[in-house]
Amino acid sequence: MSAIFAAEHITKTFGRGRSQVQAVKDVSFALAEGQVTTIVGESGSGKSTIARLVLGLMPVTSGKMIFQGKDVTHLKGRARAEYWRDVQAVFQDPFSSFNQFFTVGTLLSRSMRLVGGKVGQQRLAESLGYVGMDLSVLGRYPHQLSGGQRQRVMIARALMMRPKLLIADEATSMLDASLRVNILNVLTDLRDELGMTILFITHDIGQACYLADRVLVMEHGVMVEQGRTDQVIFNPQHEYTKRLLADVPKLHEALELEELHEIVEPS
Amino acid sequence: MSLRGLPPRFWVSAALVGFIVLAAVIGPFIVQTDPNATVGGLYDRPRCCGAMLLGTDNEGQSVLANLVYGTRTSLIVGLLAGAIATVIGLLVGLVGGYRGGWIDDVLTAITNVGLAIPAIVVIILVSVSLPKRNIYTLALVIGLTAWFWVARAVRAQSSSVRTREHIDVARLSGAGFWSILARDVLPYLLSYVVMAFVLQVSGAILFESTLSMLGLGPGNATSLGTMLYWAIAWGSVRTGAWWAFVPPTLMLTLIVFALLLLQSSLNEVFNPRLRRGRAARKKAVTPGAPSEAPLVVGEPEPVGAVGMLETPTSTGREQR
Amino acid sequence: MGTLVDARNIRGVYYTGGKDVVAVDDVSVKIEEGEVLGLAGESGSGKTTLGSIISLIARPPLHVEQGSLEIDGKVQELGGDAKVPRTWRGAVVSMLPQGAMNSISPTKRIRHLVYDVMRSHDRKVSKDEALDRARERITTLGLPARVLDAYPHQLSGGMKQRTVTIISTLLNPRLLVADEPTSALDVSSQKILIEMLLEMLEKKIMSGVIFITHDLPVLRTVATNIAVMYEGRVVERGPTERMVDDPQHPYTQALMSSVLAPEPKYRKIRIEGMSSFDRSLFDAPAVIHR
Repeated sequence: MSAIFAAEHITKTFGRGRSQVQAVKDVSFALAEGQVTTIVGESGSGKSTIARLVLGLMPVTSGKMIFQGKDVTHLKGRARAEYWRDVQAVFQDPFSSFNQFFTVGTLLSRSMRLVGGKVGQQRLAESLGYVGMDLSVLGRYPHQLSGGQRQRVMIARALMMRPKLLIADEATSMLDASLRVNILNVLTDLRDELGMTILFITHDIGQACYLADRVLVMEHGVMVEQGRTDQVIFNPQHEYTKRLLADVPKLHEALELEELHEIVEPS
Repeated sequence: MSLRGLPPRFWVSAALVGFIVLAAVIGPFIVQTDPNATVGGLYDRPRCCGAMLLGTDNEGQSVLANLVYGTRTSLIVGLLAGAIATVIGLLVGLVGGYRGGWIDDVLTAITNVGLAIPAIVVIILVSVSLPKRNIYTLALVIGLTAWFWVARAVRAQSSSVRTREHIDVARLSGAGFWSILARDVLPYLLSYVVMAFVLQVSGAILFESTLSMLGLGPGNATSLGTMLYWAIAWGSVRTGAWWAFVPPTLMLTLIVFALLLLQSSLNEVFNPRLRRGRAARKKAVTPGAPSEAPLVVGEPEPVGAVGMLETPTSTGREQR
Repeated sequence: MGTLVDARNIRGVYYTGGKDVVAVDDVSVKIEEGEVLGLAGESGSGKTTLGSIISLIARPPLHVEQGSLEIDGKVQELGGDAKVPRTWRGAVVSMLPQGAMNSISPTKRIRHLVYDVMRSHDRKVSKDEALDRARERITTLGLPARVLDAYPHQLSGGMKQRTVTIISTLLNPRLLVADEPTSALDVSSQKILIEMLLEMLEKKIMSGVIFITHDLPVLRTVATNIAVMYEGRVVERGPTERMVDDPQHPYTQALMSSVLAPEPKYRKIRIEGMSSFDRSLFDAPAVIHR
């Protein structure tokens, strides 16, 4: 399968002089078309920065990004708006990604302008359909929706552009587990039915394992390991990945705790 | 929001402001006396009724007529200057806070310089050098020197709104710079802008009366400050003609008090957490301590502007 | 070992202008000496509200309409206008609220916090005494003593959370109520915090813990018993392994099955999430395992 997007040696530095912080250090990866690629990392690993760099929401300090054979490293103005028709995103916080003064209808009609009026109207119903909603949601304000509904509206918003690449930045981490599975299923359906390429960013290896075709592991701005999901999760090579996997609490087996004490059993 | 949920302080301040506005707008029609007409002698005592209710001033003019016209002048200057300051401050703060980068650096530098210069000195110097002083030039001068605080408060707010994800969503939806400013940033700080405006109005009214008291008032209109200027110049304090200086002083105090009360009650309306009493103020939480307040904290306090816009009256009450 | 805490028939209601919201509806929980009770549930299930009622910090608009709390044989009425003795809060029951590590004053060193907490219970305690106690506690629990002199921002998230946990138990409360203490932490820091909590129990710094979280795998590691809450009620309760491996209530079953772990079986199956319209899931009678 060919790569739809490639990042070559991208680096992002924040601040100047002494307070300089390298959030992303010389990271290279490729996203295969029609696959779900997951970036796994803990807080401060730079994974969300990568999302914003790929989206062109902030400029890279150095390196190169290629989308469908074109250099998209430094897009501006109209070219960037074009790019956003193909590359869309869903963010982490289902509260703060809504403008609380907008109804769902207002939110979606804004995106509609990017694709043009008539086409937009058609896609509106279609996109809401994909996430299991209908037009009755348009008159609602965000506070009248549950967290899961809000996140589905956000996915619908992204889908209106029929993006070729969808970036989900911790899009499920603030949802309850039962709703989370529903959203993950929506994403896999998009991949399977529309052939959409998805970059899913998460701190939760469990979700990566459920969803991803490929996994990239980040630590302190460095990409330490990447490969097929089965390889990375069930046969990790890098120390960091191994430790991460060892520390993940599991449901059906007790986590191995260090030091002398053991879990206190009921007496 | 429902009207019933508004705090009593809001209704008190609204009634006071309403009374003042009525006095300024309808007052002249009720009194029906030219404030520049001589209706009596030097400092005639108040007597019933009509134009002589508050006696006469040093020129034998009706104090009551001067009072209502003066209130009108004060309100016009206050509203105009407040509007000018709020609009400029809003624009500078919004653009700087949202845009960031070098534009923000420049705007912040200008704001800080402006804050460091004592406004009253500038106003006095400019007023002295103006060829013609009327209430509009006065409002303009006051407004142009008072926007710095608004800019700073708005900047703090808008740069914190900038980090919200809905801004990214708006950008990805293809919204332009001004559209995002007006529709995605401004609504989030509208409540601060309203409060800042009220404060600016009361500040401008005080500035105007200060200038007038120094004899730098508008040449073509009576104002509360000019009444005080003449009262002092003609020895009303010494001769015990209290009716010449007490009414304008009281009116000024009432205006400023009503506006500050309005501002602090609006603060309560916009931040319902303040209404929940002491719990909301407990920002630094001590885990495990037997604090009076619940240790469960809500969303973080918005940065900067709340504190900046809080007047002594409101903080005084909240910290009781 | 005997019963440490016996909370009975707790009903907590939020009086919000128009309509009242029943957040905790006639819930009883018992905690044995040395036990960690995991309180699980999704957002809005009432688990945090129950935690704040048991830790005696219920405040308007939350009102405790009925219920009693028995600790070490002493019974305390909670409902209505019942007055809770000042000495109970913090010293008998202590709460570690959600996000506590991010709400400590950023301008003060940790030792100020220590002194404030100690002094709020004992006006006469000297600065040195308070600090000595904290230093001893901190070092025995494996943290460097220098955290006392640090400002909050100088500590990592995991370190900060461990520090506030230690401070919230400086007064040796009988029961610690910890609300989502691990949720904002990376997995490695989660593990260390859990290890520390269990060590504190072993050292009898406190005698019982209510661990509130939505994260079931974490509870699997830390809890002795798990109670699952939904819509203000406990729908199932029992020993951890039983709850995890063989849940009886349909809601618990759905909850457990929606947990995703990095295990090979999750590569092959498609899990269907819960539909909030399926009432049969929620209306089944409660299950209490002995």
